[in-house]
Amino acid sequence: MYLPDFDYIAATSVAEASRLLASLGPEAKILAGGTDVLPMMKQETIAPKTLVSITRLDGLKAISLEEGRGVVIGALCTHNEVMKSSLLQEKYLSVCETAHRMANNQIRNIGTIGGNITNAVPSADFPPILIALGATVTLQSNSGSRSVLLEDFFTGPRQSVIRQDEILTEIVIPVNGFNGSTYHKFGLRRSGALAVVGVAVAVVMEGDLCKDVRIALGAVAPTPIRAREAEALLRGKEINDALLEEAGKLAAAASKPISDMRGSAEYRRDMVRVFTRRCLRKAIDQGHV
Amino acid sequence: MQAIQDKEGVKRYLITLYVNGDSYTRVVKANTLLVNVLRDELDLTGTKKGCELGDCGSCTVLLDGKPVNSCLVLAVEADGHEILTIEGLGENEKLDPLQEAFIANAALQCGYCTSGMIMSAKALLNSNPNPTEQEVREAIAGNLCRCTGYVNIVKAILSCAQQPEGGSE
Repeated sequence: MYLPDFDYIAATSVAEASRLLASLGPEAKILAGGTDVLPMMKQETIAPKTLVSITRLDGLKAISLEEGRGVVIGALCTHNEVMKSSLLQEKYLSVCETAHRMANNQIRNIGTIGGNITNAVPSADFPPILIALGATVTLQSNSGSRSVLLEDFFTGPRQSVIRQDEILTEIVIPVNGFNGSTYHKFGLRRSGALAVVGVAVAVVMEGDLCKDVRIALGAVAPTPIRAREAEALLRGKEINDALLEEAGKLAAAASKPISDMRGSAEYRRDMVRVFTRRCLRKAIDQGHV
Repeated sequence: MQAIQDKEGVKRYLITLYVNGDSYTRVVKANTLLVNVLRDELDLTGTKKGCELGDCGSCTVLLDGKPVNSCLVLAVEADGHEILTIEGLGENEKLDPLQEAFIANAALQCGYCTSGMIMSAKALLNSNPNPTEQEVREAIAGNLCRCTGYVNIVKAILSCAQQPEGGSE
């Protein structure tokens, strides 16, 4: 299986990449890890005339704690770099666990977190947990830089608010009070499988009292979504099992899944109920201490 | 990286790869894949092509020490990087202990997945000389084998693990 012909340009700065993407228009695509773009080109799903490689932009490969901003993850960090980051393991282990359940080792060594977001595939694993943690993404172009709440980034399957000349440069998890968080991916295999249902939960617990909670669902709607009714039910309440079951039902009602070869809509909806309850229990137990 | 335009106007790129300790300079096109340079240009046909979409792992090589699917890496992107293929294991006529272990444990039948499997295992043992069975299974989760059922592959890799400190019980 060979790749069709295309032009290749290795950008040496974000500004150069933005300028190229602006002048070449929609027939140019960004190449980062390439684990999504190259298979799509081989299968003739897409046929870009130019690939603008950003892999040499070393400034987008760090994970750091920035005063007043929070944890900043460079868009070119690979899934394995996210998984092994000691800073993330200390602050948000749930993000590392999410990376660990993605694809397989070979793909995790080249696929990037920025690519996982910008592809805007509904079943992508990073978006639900990052949305639950209130993350923003920085979109940079030569006309400036803007910060977008990840929750508002997606507009449909493979569609987002990113403009042709913009590059997603970093993901920021702001300073927040969440003391428990988790992502549960339900896939048909332990490895190398897309999520049939993905549920992420972040909570602020004070003893049994749920001060705040966010629930994000992946693979069960055209974009990742928040289960706001379920969140509202739990916020400010003392948590018990009946409440968690009810929250699961509300989250299932908020989902709009499709039927495909991985599962029927009915099955997915019921799994949202089950995994929302389980995720809530796990995040709450973490935050309880 | 130097780009050259030929008579037909096709751009070609001068790249240098460090494969199994040797340096190779080649002219490639933008759409040339690393796996095709290895197999067609350098005659290193130990690296196999299977699905060519990043699912099967038969094209696994180590890029700067990390296992990757060479069918998903552009040759131009590998410019200046170190690559280890199955041919780079062992010395002269002596096989790598992992290769010996695969033979001793009958860890292959048709053999098509074997080079990729061994490269994934090599990367694991380099970073974690004494893995658990779970860690071995995770490390080769991106390498599909349709013959063996994996049992003997896992056994072979575990047999190459160092004894835990203090020796065996």
